[in-house]
Amino acid sequence: MSKDPDVFIAVTGGGSGTGIASLINGTCDIAMTSRNIKPKEIKLAQKRGIDPFEIIAALDGLAVVVHPKNPVKKLTIDQLAQIFSGHITNWKDVGGMDQSIVVLSREVNSGTHIYFKEHVLRQNKKDSKEEFAPTALLLSSSQAIADEVATNTGAIGYYGMGYISPKHKAIAIALDERSPYADPTIENVINQTYPISRPLYLYTKGEPQGAIKMFIDFAHSPQGQEIVLINDFVPLQK
Amino acid sequence: MRKIKEFIIEKLIFFCGLASIFFVILIFLFLLKEGLSLLTIVGPFEFLAGKSWYPISEPPQLGILPLILGSLFVTIGAAIISVPIGIACAVYIAEIAPAKIKEVLKAGIELLAAIPSVVLGFIGMMTLVPWVKNLFDIPTGLTAFSGSIMLAFMAMPTIVSIAEDALYSVPKSYKEGALALGATHWQTIYRVILPAASSGIVAAVMLGIGRVIGETMAVMMITGNAAAIPKSILQPVRTLTATIAAEMGETVVGSEHYFALFAIGIVLFVISFAINVTSDFFLHKDQRV
Repeated sequence: MSKDPDVFIAVTGGGSGTGIASLINGTCDIAMTSRNIKPKEIKLAQKRGIDPFEIIAALDGLAVVVHPKNPVKKLTIDQLAQIFSGHITNWKDVGGMDQSIVVLSREVNSGTHIYFKEHVLRQNKKDSKEEFAPTALLLSSSQAIADEVATNTGAIGYYGMGYISPKHKAIAIALDERSPYADPTIENVINQTYPISRPLYLYTKGEPQGAIKMFIDFAHSPQGQEIVLINDFVPLQK
Repeated sequence: MRKIKEFIIEKLIFFCGLASIFFVILIFLFLLKEGLSLLTIVGPFEFLAGKSWYPISEPPQLGILPLILGSLFVTIGAAIISVPIGIACAVYIAEIAPAKIKEVLKAGIELLAAIPSVVLGFIGMMTLVPWVKNLFDIPTGLTAFSGSIMLAFMAMPTIVSIAEDALYSVPKSYKEGALALGATHWQTIYRVILPAASSGIVAAVMLGIGRVIGETMAVMMITGNAAAIPKSILQPVRTLTATIAAEMGETVVGSEHYFALFAIGIVLFVISFAINVTSDFFLHKDQRV
């Protein structure tokens, strides 16, 4: 904006679904999301004469976090799936204390919620019907999850790795028991040893033009990618 | 000239009076139009008694029983806390308190009503939630009980001010008669004034409950929003209102999820309508006496 004072950008918050819904409802120019647009949503958009155009802006590692006092340090994807779907309900089953697990999730409008469901709970299986446990607490922001994890020794939650702080402990994760466990760090996301990372998307109406194209070009420029890194997201590989 | 002016003003006021009814009807029609479209996707029984709420799955599961129970748990909890305290407070203000204390109490209660619910929710999240967790030694403090306590604070001003009005409107002669017959002050309050004001007090309670069931922000922040069927008040719940607030932003206009949220809106509308009609009934019963 400081480069071109004639262009104004208004940013509205919410989840990924909020962005995609606004794109389909015609109330925004660019939708920022952390998940793919669904085929059903593309169909709805096309019905309204909007052709969603996908651009990858950055990468993000999803950190699974617990209270620092929790002795559990590492989990496999399968154990995570069991915990978040409610099949494992006590920490002692995964090598922790005898304490019940409080599962924290984002609200259903969150791309992170959907990503986690598809890639962790359902382990990328298309026919899987696995769902978050109905007893999972749905919190409206990553910050709310961070706050609850910081005060609750039995809680487990997930968020983008930019939220990691000394008040939480990030769990090292492995694809399965034989694979190496990896911490959520920028290097591990880039070299793909950390198993739950995802691209962050920008969706526009059709191919970007004018001011919107300038914004996208800026996001992809070295300067834009530098901002990505400063905010604890993972820049795209050149 | 004066007649014309009179005529215009009269008509203007008449339309202002009609406007509110007009808006209610418009809102209701819109709700009906959007919400009833859901019936083409799931049946009413499946919707109201369904036990799973997974609105974004394929295919979506749209059962709101856990949400209805969530709202019910929080509301009943809040009523149990706020009704006795609220009525006792109203009795104290109306019958016992000296003039000075009365002024301070009334100002305090008005102030309580003026605190925005999001502020109460935030305070609850930071103070009440950890306290509830430690007190009952439960896995998380984000429970229906925490929500009930916070909502009790919100219902209190309504209950106190309306119940107090009802107590005031009991004719002086009742009280004087009771005292003249040798009843003590407490006996007079308990045997004469409270029964005489009972319909007004019931109305106060109903309006307080109406306030609780429609409250959104604070419950969304402190009840945990887990859409499981609650077994106790010390478990997280997801209320009808919080569901609409949390999910509306993301739905695509015309999707099943969108219609389902409007159908929840109808359920809420019906509940608050029933509560209002009940309180109205009791208020008018009072006037017939």
